[in-house]
This record gives sequence, structure tokens and C-alpha cells, in this order.
Amino acid sequence: MINDSVLVVIAASAISYGTPLLFAALGELLAERSGVLNLGVEGMMLIGAVTGFWAVQTVGGPGWVSLLTAVVVAALAAAATSSIHAFLTITLRASQIVSGLALTIFAGASGLSSYIGHVANLGGKPARHEFDALNVLGLRDAPVIGPILFHQNALTYVSWMLVALTLFYLYRTRPGLHLRAVGESPGTADAMGVNVTAYRYIHVMIGGALAGIGGAFFSLAITPSWLDGMTSGAGWIAIALVIFAFWRPELALVGAYLFGAFSSLAFTLQARQVHLPPEVFGSLPYLMTIVVLVLVSTGWARRRLGAPASLGVPYVREER
Amino acid sequence: MIRIERRLTGARWLVVAVPLGSLIGAAILSSMILFLTGHDPIATWARLLDRGFFASGAMSATLVSATPLLLTGLAAAAAFRMQTWNIGAEGQLYLGAIGASGIGIALSGQPALMIIPAMVVAGLAAGAAWAAIPGVLRAYTRTNEIITSLMLNYVAGLLMSYLIFDSHSYWRDLSSFTARVFPQGKYLSEAGSWPSFVIGGIVIPLGLLLGMVAAAFLWLVYTATRFGFEARVIGDSRAAAHYAGIRTRRKIVAVMALSGALAGLGGASEIGDFRHVLDPRGLQQASFGYGGIVVAALARLNPFAVIVVAILLGGLSNAGFSLQGATFPAGLVGTLQGLILFCALGGELLVHYRIRIGRPTRKAPQLGPAGVA
Repeated sequence: MINDSVLVVIAASAISYGTPLLFAALGELLAERSGVLNLGVEGMMLIGAVTGFWAVQTVGGPGWVSLLTAVVVAALAAAATSSIHAFLTITLRASQIVSGLALTIFAGASGLSSYIGHVANLGGKPARHEFDALNVLGLRDAPVIGPILFHQNALTYVSWMLVALTLFYLYRTRPGLHLRAVGESPGTADAMGVNVTAYRYIHVMIGGALAGIGGAFFSLAITPSWLDGMTSGAGWIAIALVIFAFWRPELALVGAYLFGAFSSLAFTLQARQVHLPPEVFGSLPYLMTIVVLVLVSTGWARRRLGAPASLGVPYVREER
Repeated sequence: MIRIERRLTGARWLVVAVPLGSLIGAAILSSMILFLTGHDPIATWARLLDRGFFASGAMSATLVSATPLLLTGLAAAAAFRMQTWNIGAEGQLYLGAIGASGIGIALSGQPALMIIPAMVVAGLAAGAAWAAIPGVLRAYTRTNEIITSLMLNYVAGLLMSYLIFDSHSYWRDLSSFTARVFPQGKYLSEAGSWPSFVIGGIVIPLGLLLGMVAAAFLWLVYTATRFGFEARVIGDSRAAAHYAGIRTRRKIVAVMALSGALAGLGGASEIGDFRHVLDPRGLQQASFGYGGIVVAALARLNPFAVIVVAILLGGLSNAGFSLQGATFPAGLVGTLQGLILFCALGGELLVHYRIRIGRPTRKAPQLGPAGVA
């Protein structure tokens, strides 16, 4: 049957592996649009993964209630984590690069997420509930498009809506216009009466929340269990994706699925008895990230199309 | 009303007060986390300090943990000084370990006087080569070195796992049946173990001494050479450096390679001083590369301060390692490291700005360029 062909399987799993990247990349995109680079995505994802998993194990009720709560908990916990970065870089004007790295060290593997996982004794247990693939409109078995488009889990469909929402927000609403102004020229935005600090805080925290949901996707959908450092670099790939996407949501979607394909290739090909060392497949997403970044950094893309002009620069009203 | 004003002159006392305050602040914050999760903060701290510094043999073990942190800390300091963000010390350390153990195995049977220098050189070279990749990409294609150097950490880790666990590589011990079932690296010959020095009952590994020499070297390079001067100019403003005719591209590659060489030496020392075998899991669990960033930031990129901070944080990771288990929650070391960094970053504000509380007073006289009112 055609739905078992390698390409269809890879396309379908590229979407499910790409979904956490898409969530995290959209979040980072919004934060960077406000002018704040947050290198703590990996740490925030791991916080989302551990708190989401903890919630699913503790919150009773039917599966969907438990899962919904888990996603909300993961989003809130990661948003709270990102507020540290917001405070340090926006209010205290600390280096965004060092603060972001600090956030990943603090929250990430063998940091707070690992601490929470050990204190709550979450390791080595299967999730009580997980995000299963749905059968949307009963089209799961439709040729080719069935498994790719109609047999994904609820969060994947949410991420599609989120892309549309982000596009609408950025380019069709007043707050979206203000956000872009804050990222391009905070001094001008300030003069227009936009509260630069508030915009930056809010978008860094939305970025955190989305990274948290992306992290929860790992512990509730991809491998429904908790493992220290389970995102293994997805947060960094998400940051690279924002550059790849030239800070545009629709391209983040394309990029996320491209990287999802590289990540899923390992499992798909191994299941089909392709014999190569697992490390070769394992390093594919990382190597491809480098290759893709080199490509978008050279030639016509060199002008860093789309990068917010004030990205990485603290805004100091007194020194305007 | 609270206002923040830029300091016109640096306050000297803050240079010491900020790192100290950061450590105290981090201790208080982490005590709160411990307390909230049902641990006794004071007992945990007492255990941590005891195992890190005061128990018998603790200081020697701490120096072993401090050695790679010293070198990755110097690696971070060397690059960050030029605003070149080498986050790949972790992978460069792995490559240093691969290179040093490879040479160590190849020269087994030779005298120590030949093996040990060869291991040092191999570690330096392998680390430098691995770091040169993101350096070249940054310099010639303007690819973000933060992400490329980070991605290479994962690749280096996988490469190391491949050499020991999934291949019949030169590094892997295949001499016996058990070694074939439970993969491990080939052990270095006795002459490949680096010498250590005992002073007052404390064992000082050779790697630590090499690290101290490297710190002095780095300080000299950055304060007394044209290379260091140009690197600082690039760090302050890339455009200014360009107009001044500094070859920024070469310098970026050179600084990345220097930084990687230091991290690679850390990997060589892990093999020579401590493990005597390529041990992928052990090296990955230690996460020295990220610890080095904390060390460098807390030392405010001063090579000599890096030595002190590395020993302090080495004690922390040594204690965390030896206490890990039921009584001591895993993940606390990273949490603490992160908190220390946050506090140091917050404190940095005070170095550059002064905080005024109260109504704005009359405007202070503006200083002219020569400091004349």
C-alpha cells in the first residue's frame, strides 16, 4: 500500500518530529521580533517536558483533562522560567547571550529540570496519558494525504493554527505592528507611545510558554516518558530555525518539518533495516542545521533579511 | 523614583564584591529551592562543603574536577573577550580526549617523556581543529558561531560514542570476550599516566599546573601582545577594527582555535590525569564545557580569577558527583551554576551603573572629552 511507502512515512513523521521545533521556533521568533534574543530555549523546553509530564502523572480525571492541564502547566512553568531572562536582560540590561546560556544551564539537563524530575521521581515511568494521533474527518486512511495531514495529534493541529495566528498578529493587527516597531527601532516605538519594556517582557514570556509546550510534546507525545535532557538539542535547532526562517512564521513551519524529517530519518530507515551506525543518523539533524545555516548566511541572504534591527541590544531610555 | 545612571569611572571594590555577592546570592536562592522541595538546606550545604573541600582527600578530588573547568573556563574567557561566542568547549574537550587517548595508545611502550608531551600536543591540536570549524564558518560565511559550535558538541559526543560503542575502532578494547560484550576503550600504558605533585597532602594534577601556565599565557597574550590588543579592538567594535585595518577574519579563526586548543587540553588532561581511557559516558555526564562558561563569566573573563573560580566550582561539582544518590538530588549542581550566573549578571549592572533612589537632582555638570567641566 502506498501509505506504507518510505516517503509517506517520512513525511508523516517529519510533521510529528517537527511540531515541538515549530512551537519553540514560533516562540523564539516572537521574542526576537521584540528585540530579545533568548538562548535559553533548550532549558525552557526541558522545564516544559518535566512539568508537563509531572502534571499528567498527578492530575486525575479523564485523559483529555489531564493532558490539557499538562500543557497549561508546561506553558506556565516555562514562561515563568523565561521571566528570569526578561528581568535580567530588559530591566537589568545584562548580556542577552550570557543570560540565555545561563538559563539553559540553570533549567536544562542536569539543572532544575533534572532536579524536579528526580525530586518528583519521574524517571523510567510511562506517561499515564499521551497525545495520540487522531483520525480527523475519518480520513486517516486516505492515500498519501491521509497519514500526513489527517493522522496527527491535537497539538500538531494547534501548531498550524498558531502559525496562522502569528501571521495575522504580526502583519494585520496594531499590537503586531507595535511589536515589529519595538524590534526594529525601540526609540521610535517609545516616541510613538508604545511601552517597549512591556512589549519585550510579554513576548519573551510568550516565547517561553511556547517553548514549554514544545518540550511537553517530547514527554507526552514523542517518547511518552521523562528522561533527563530528553530534548537533546531541539531548543538550539529551534533557535537556528528562526534564522533559517528569516523571522517569518510561515517559513518556520517549512523549516521545522525539514528538520523533523532529518530527526525522523534515523528511526524510519533503521526500522527498514538500513544498516548504518546509529550515530550517523543521530548527528544528521545537527550537521544539517550547520549546513542550512551556512547556506542562509551566505550570498543573497547575507543581509540577514528580516532580522529585527535592535535584536540583542538593550533599550536604555535615558541614553536614547 | 529609582533611576539607573551609567558610572563614569569603574568602582574597584565592586570587581571583588560582585562575584562574592553572586555566590552568596546563589546560595540563598538555591536554599529556597531546596527548602521548597523538602530538603534541609543547611544540612545539604554542610554536606556539599564537606565533600567538596574539607573531608579527607576532598581537596585532591576537587582539583581533579577543577582542572577541566579551569581549561574550559579559559577557553570561554579567550573567546568571549573578543565577543566571539564559542559555546563548543564541550565538544572541543571531547575531541581533545579522543586525540590524546589516540596518541597515548599509539605510543604505548614508549617512555613517559615521549607519550605525555605528545598527548598534550594532540589534545591542543584536536581541540583547535574542532573549534576552527565554527571559526572559519563565522569568518568567511558569517554563520552564527553560537549555534554551529553548539551543534558540534552533539556531533562530537556522538563521534565519541561511535568510537567506543558502535564500531571496532582503534580506540576500543577488543582483546577479551568481556570487553567485546561490554564496550570500553583501550587503557593507556602506565607511562601514559600524567604525573601529579603532592604538596601538603594535596595531590595536584599536571593538568592543573598546565592550566595555570595557560592562564598566565592567556593574560600575557591579551595584555602584552599586538594579537591581544587587536582582539580587544574587535571585541569592542568590529567596524572600528575593520577600519583600523585589522584582519578580522583571520583573527576570528585564530581566537576560536586558541579557545578550542585550551578546551582540548582539558580533554587531554581528563585522559592523562584521571581516566586513562576514552570514556564517552563519563565525559558527557560531567558537562565541563558548560561549566566553563559559568567559570569564565564569574571570573569576569580574567584568566587569574578563572583559576580561583574553577577550584571553587570544581569543589561544587566534585561534591555533587560524590554525593549523588538518594540523599542528594541530581540536578542541583546545574541549578546552582545557573543561579550563580544569574546573580553575577545581575551584579554586573552595579559595575557599570549606579542606582539612585529619590527625585532627580539638578543635572550634574557635563564632563567634556578631556574630563574638564
